[in-house]
Amino acid sequence: MRPRTLLLAVLLALTALPVNAADTPLSFDDPVRQQRYDDLLAELRCLVCQNQSLADSHADLAQDLRDEVYRMLDEGASDGAILDFMVERYGDFVLYRPPLRASTVLLWGAPLLLALVAIAVVVRLARRRAPPPAALSDEERARLAALVADEKSGQD
Amino acid sequence: MRYALPLGLFVLVVVLLARGLELDPRRVPSPLIGKPLPAFEMETLAEPASTLSRADLDGRPYLLNVWASWCVACRQEHPLLVDLARRGSITLIGLNYKDTRADAAAWLADRGDPYRLSLFDADGRLGLDLGVYGVPETFFIDAEGIIRHKHIGPLDAAAFERDIAPLIERYGDGS
Repeated sequence: MRPRTLLLAVLLALTALPVNAADTPLSFDDPVRQQRYDDLLAELRCLVCQNQSLADSHADLAQDLRDEVYRMLDEGASDGAILDFMVERYGDFVLYRPPLRASTVLLWGAPLLLALVAIAVVVRLARRRAPPPAALSDEERARLAALVADEKSGQD
Repeated sequence: MRYALPLGLFVLVVVLLARGLELDPRRVPSPLIGKPLPAFEMETLAEPASTLSRADLDGRPYLLNVWASWCVACRQEHPLLVDLARRGSITLIGLNYKDTRADAAAWLADRGDPYRLSLFDADGRLGLDLGVYGVPETFFIDAEGIIRHKHIGPLDAAAFERDIAPLIERYGDGS
């Protein structure tokens, strides 16, 4: 394939990506509510395709849950109520950002812990690289004094 | 001594990863364990005219098995359910999930009907309240209507003996 044809093919492939969004987009006329709907779908995990949010997943279950979120928003439920509704049925796993609990302390704390370990290692390495200058022997000190004295007399 | 720390970290990571290999991310613990079965008012598969509520099922422990004629894995576990029903191990209640009456009835006629009755959940409403995400799923419900165990995916003899037989021992078999 010639380079230009290849480039064209790559560009075409890239333009096709956004079409890969989930099917049957339910939408609200009210932009605020639409934004809340989009945000909620991005926060909630599809339990069938576990690495996809409800917004991305094509699974039947994701469609059902999207419909449910839509229905609840339409009835005026708050975001918190909708998330609670999902957690009551599917557990914390349905949330992409699990709440801080005893079982998730490690999950939330690990990045901080790793950062502290990394800083400790860097500090230790830096100290080892630059050893403090060794103290001068008496002979060296005498030579230094002589050199300094020479320098001073030369300047005068 | 110099290598103690990196080696220790390496061993820790290996142990954690090895443990991770044994965990199944598909097994999401249900938040419903220890809670009552969600309320419902539902037609049965056999009789469209009559409806059933949660209270009608209370009073005896049973297995609530979520199934559908379109569910391939349900075929895998079905012989075990038929066998459990035949031996009278425990009462089985079906929850026919997002199915049609004709397909479901034909499926049972083909493969045998182990259920005392099947609830007909055409729109998946009770399935949603039960947090169903991978049919088949099987719930153990005690005589007070409390969910004691949830099995995700096809039930097999080993899982039955390990997880459900002890519950039958504890809560009774519903007979």
